[in-house]
Amino acid sequence: MSFLDLLYFIVPATIAYAAPLIFTAIGGVFSERSGVVNIGLEGLMVMGAFIGILFNLLYADTFGSWTPWIALLVAMVVSAVFSILHAVASISFRADQVVSGVAINMLGIAIALFSVKMIFGKGQTDLIQQKIARFDIPILQDIPIIGPMFFKSVYGSSILAISVALVAWFVIYKTPFGLRLRSVGEHPMAADTMGINVTRTRYVAVIISGALAGIGGAVYAITTTNDFGHATINGQGFMALAALIFGKWHPIGAMGAALFFGFAQALAISASKIPYIQDVPTVYLHILPYVLTILALAGFIGRANAPKAIGQPYIKGRR
Amino acid sequence: MPNRVLKILVPIISIILGLFVGAIVMWMSGYDAINGYIALWHGIFGSSYAIGETIRQISPYLLAGLAVAFAFRTGLFNIGVEGQLIVGWFAAAYVGMAFQLPTFIHLPLALLAAAAAGALWALVPGILKATLRVHEVIVTIMMNYVALHIVNALISTISGGSYKIDRIHQTASLRSEFLSNLTDFSTLHYGILIALLMVGVMWFILEKTKTGYELKAVGFNDHASQYAGMNVNKNIVLSMVISGAFAGLGGAMEALGTFGNISTMAGFTGIGFDGIAVALLGANTPLGVVFGATLFGSLKYGANNMPNAAGVPIEIVSIVIALIIFFVASGYIIRVLLNRMSKKKEAK
Repeated sequence: MSFLDLLYFIVPATIAYAAPLIFTAIGGVFSERSGVVNIGLEGLMVMGAFIGILFNLLYADTFGSWTPWIALLVAMVVSAVFSILHAVASISFRADQVVSGVAINMLGIAIALFSVKMIFGKGQTDLIQQKIARFDIPILQDIPIIGPMFFKSVYGSSILAISVALVAWFVIYKTPFGLRLRSVGEHPMAADTMGINVTRTRYVAVIISGALAGIGGAVYAITTTNDFGHATINGQGFMALAALIFGKWHPIGAMGAALFFGFAQALAISASKIPYIQDVPTVYLHILPYVLTILALAGFIGRANAPKAIGQPYIKGRR
Repeated sequence: MPNRVLKILVPIISIILGLFVGAIVMWMSGYDAINGYIALWHGIFGSSYAIGETIRQISPYLLAGLAVAFAFRTGLFNIGVEGQLIVGWFAAAYVGMAFQLPTFIHLPLALLAAAAAGALWALVPGILKATLRVHEVIVTIMMNYVALHIVNALISTISGGSYKIDRIHQTASLRSEFLSNLTDFSTLHYGILIALLMVGVMWFILEKTKTGYELKAVGFNDHASQYAGMNVNKNIVLSMVISGAFAGLGGAMEALGTFGNISTMAGFTGIGFDGIAVALLGANTPLGVVFGATLFGSLKYGANNMPNAAGVPIEIVSIVIALIIFFVASGYIIRVLLNRMSKKKEAK
């Protein structure tokens, strides 16, 4: 395989693997920027993946080729509603946000598997028939080298993911809402004094994170696994969490990190075909994203500054 | 309402709420909730065999709970119990398989290997926290995945490409004919005694030693401890290492007692994550962990009886467990409500 062939193979795979991570990590950026830790991303993704597959199986006949897209929307709504649990616990009930997140993770997988058993009578669903179609982007695909790499047989969901990252950057850094979001995460007291409704802002942020994680989970299930079982989302949510920390709580940074993790996954899957890499035991490629995250946290890649008020419930009137 | 009473009431109310919401879920899904819970009860206590299996299931939960609780007492959140348990499982299974020694050396050696492996796995987040102030939650989560992949790779290498390694030698086994016969040939093994011994060890360390006092002091207020001349960083590392050793022993229960070997895993065992719930319910005290582990071990084993006896999917118990964690975490609101109710009573 020539180097160029290799790139034609690995770049699209990288983007395909990165898309779910991008959605989810951006969701995490919203939540954590408002000061609410969201370890529950994994559970929210599980819920999204389950709903995405379930809707796809139930309504494929009704909606035809539109099914996967409507499935994404439904998954988004259901995960957003599910994330309200985390919001209520960690914002209103002052629960430990990490514990609440752990509960969300367990609850997500438990509810999804319970429902699968109930509906299908077995541990996993059937395979879906309506998948997200790959398509070639006209004109751009004819650009030499770059065309086949980035614009041939791409998933619509990947383009959507990258747009979401750009929109998130604009929202967080260029709009009044973004300013409020960041101030609530840095210094809720000061924000409250300035008339910003801390509780409402945090609720909105957590719900956005649920919505995006729901899309992320559904995209992963619909493009990669095509069914839902107990191992469908195995650590994707935690990887998204890692991407957001790796990306220093910045939407574009998170996207970059997600792309990198996508690359690591694509590499691990296709390692056997690549010269040199095929001699590296796959276990090193599997643990690469996690080890890198630990190194990044340890400051070898530059200190990341988490939002200052992260993890603390805001209690009005207490200094 | 006095704080002591609240500390016991909040977990109890959480358990009741969890079971209640679980019943609603069953009822809404068209299952008979009462039959479901009766099946659960029979699954736990129905026969001496069931009781034996339930107790067997409790031992890893005890150790996982101790691990989380111990770290928590120093103000550390060890979500990496799962990974530490997996490396402990592997270490015990490997030592049990690879050596041929008399029992009185072999068994302690295998247990020690498991504890050491778990401790080593927890050492990394401990050191990173102590020296670079890296948050242990994220590091321990990442270490879980590293453990899973590395152990799977090691199993494959050692067994020459197979999905499991050879069984441990009899000399390293925790299996007990006596306990097995006592409980109608269940797989109950001596692990439960080791787990209970460790409950005592944790109590002793925390309540009777200088180290334990320092660990607790650091957990309460690390600045004050520093000012009082305690070495906060050393205590952080020490706490993680001891916590990891408990978790590693939890893996040894599975390796030397229940399964007698280790196979590659598609995902996590879940015991380490449930350990968080066990510790939370037990308010991070040794005795509390015994109650928490008993509850979760029983629920987990008893659930196996639900599909056959009542047609309810096993996963309902996972839902109940998750809900209980959720309610315990939201203890603040339960306290507020309880206080309001007790004030109303006083007003009357």
